[in-house]
Amino acid sequence: MITLAHFLTLGAVLFCIAVAGIFINRKNVIVLLMCIELMLLAVNTNFVAFSRFLGDPSGQVFVFFILTVAAAEAAIGLAILVVLFRNRATIDVTDIDTLKG
Amino acid sequence: MTFELVCFYFFGAVAALAALAVISVKNPVVAALNLVLTFFSMACVWLLAQAEFLAVALVLVYVGAVMVLFLFVVMMLDVDFAPVREGFVRFLPVGIVVAVVMLVEMLMMIGVRSLQVPVSADPAALAGMSNMGWLGRTLFRDFLLPFEVAALILTVGLIAAIPLTLRKRSGIKTQNPGRQVMVKREDRIRLVKMDAVKKGEATP
Repeated sequence: MITLAHFLTLGAVLFCIAVAGIFINRKNVIVLLMCIELMLLAVNTNFVAFSRFLGDPSGQVFVFFILTVAAAEAAIGLAILVVLFRNRATIDVTDIDTLKG
Repeated sequence: MTFELVCFYFFGAVAALAALAVISVKNPVVAALNLVLTFFSMACVWLLAQAEFLAVALVLVYVGAVMVLFLFVVMMLDVDFAPVREGFVRFLPVGIVVAVVMLVEMLMMIGVRSLQVPVSADPAALAGMSNMGWLGRTLFRDFLLPFEVAALILTVGLIAAIPLTLRKRSGIKTQNPGRQVMVKREDRIRLVKMDAVKKGEATP
């Protein structure tokens, strides 16, 4: 029988893979954006699982909103990426240090 | 082990392996395609949790729109990916350590007690309707204002993406259709009055 822990564990595994991806692909903006999408997916899985096991539809409604915001974020993020590549001819994060942060 | 559990393990394993491929392959096009596989497997997992509408929405929104956008951008930008991968080996141990520690902490938090949480009957079926009706009733009754705001956010995102990528290039020769249409006969043709000239006669 599938239990709550199965879904939560799968979500945790995906989230940790995404965190590792952010660490090891520190220069490639495209893969960083993909890792963020993976993290959102892991969090959404938790929402779906809790919504199912608590019998509360609010969790699934929340996933709906997260999907909306993630779609807008991906669109703007990729637009920024295109502008960045046009101006700097690179997508290396370490080159983008104008603000000296 | 029920059939449902076998399916869960299969889809979960595919999703995790594809996610590992996303973060480790060299070619970003392959990474994007692996991300598609991850999303698709997770949609199947959501189906197992009886979240049918969201599973379909995930495939439509992510695989159909967001990942196509990713692939489009990756293929459009002519990026040389060799220098981008330089820090890969250097940060690999740190990444693995952080990820494993986080995973262990999360699994401790999830704990064994939630393994005992019994799977109840499908709440949507208990309420006597489909998952979509169950979800829609909540969405349009309790979350109507956030729903409208979500539509607004999408519109703002759409509008913001256009001026971000719009550019005016200077120093190129283009036609201006407006001015081409507005041109008058007098702008192009000049009639010069002159006397007729006979053959063999020297012009003054």
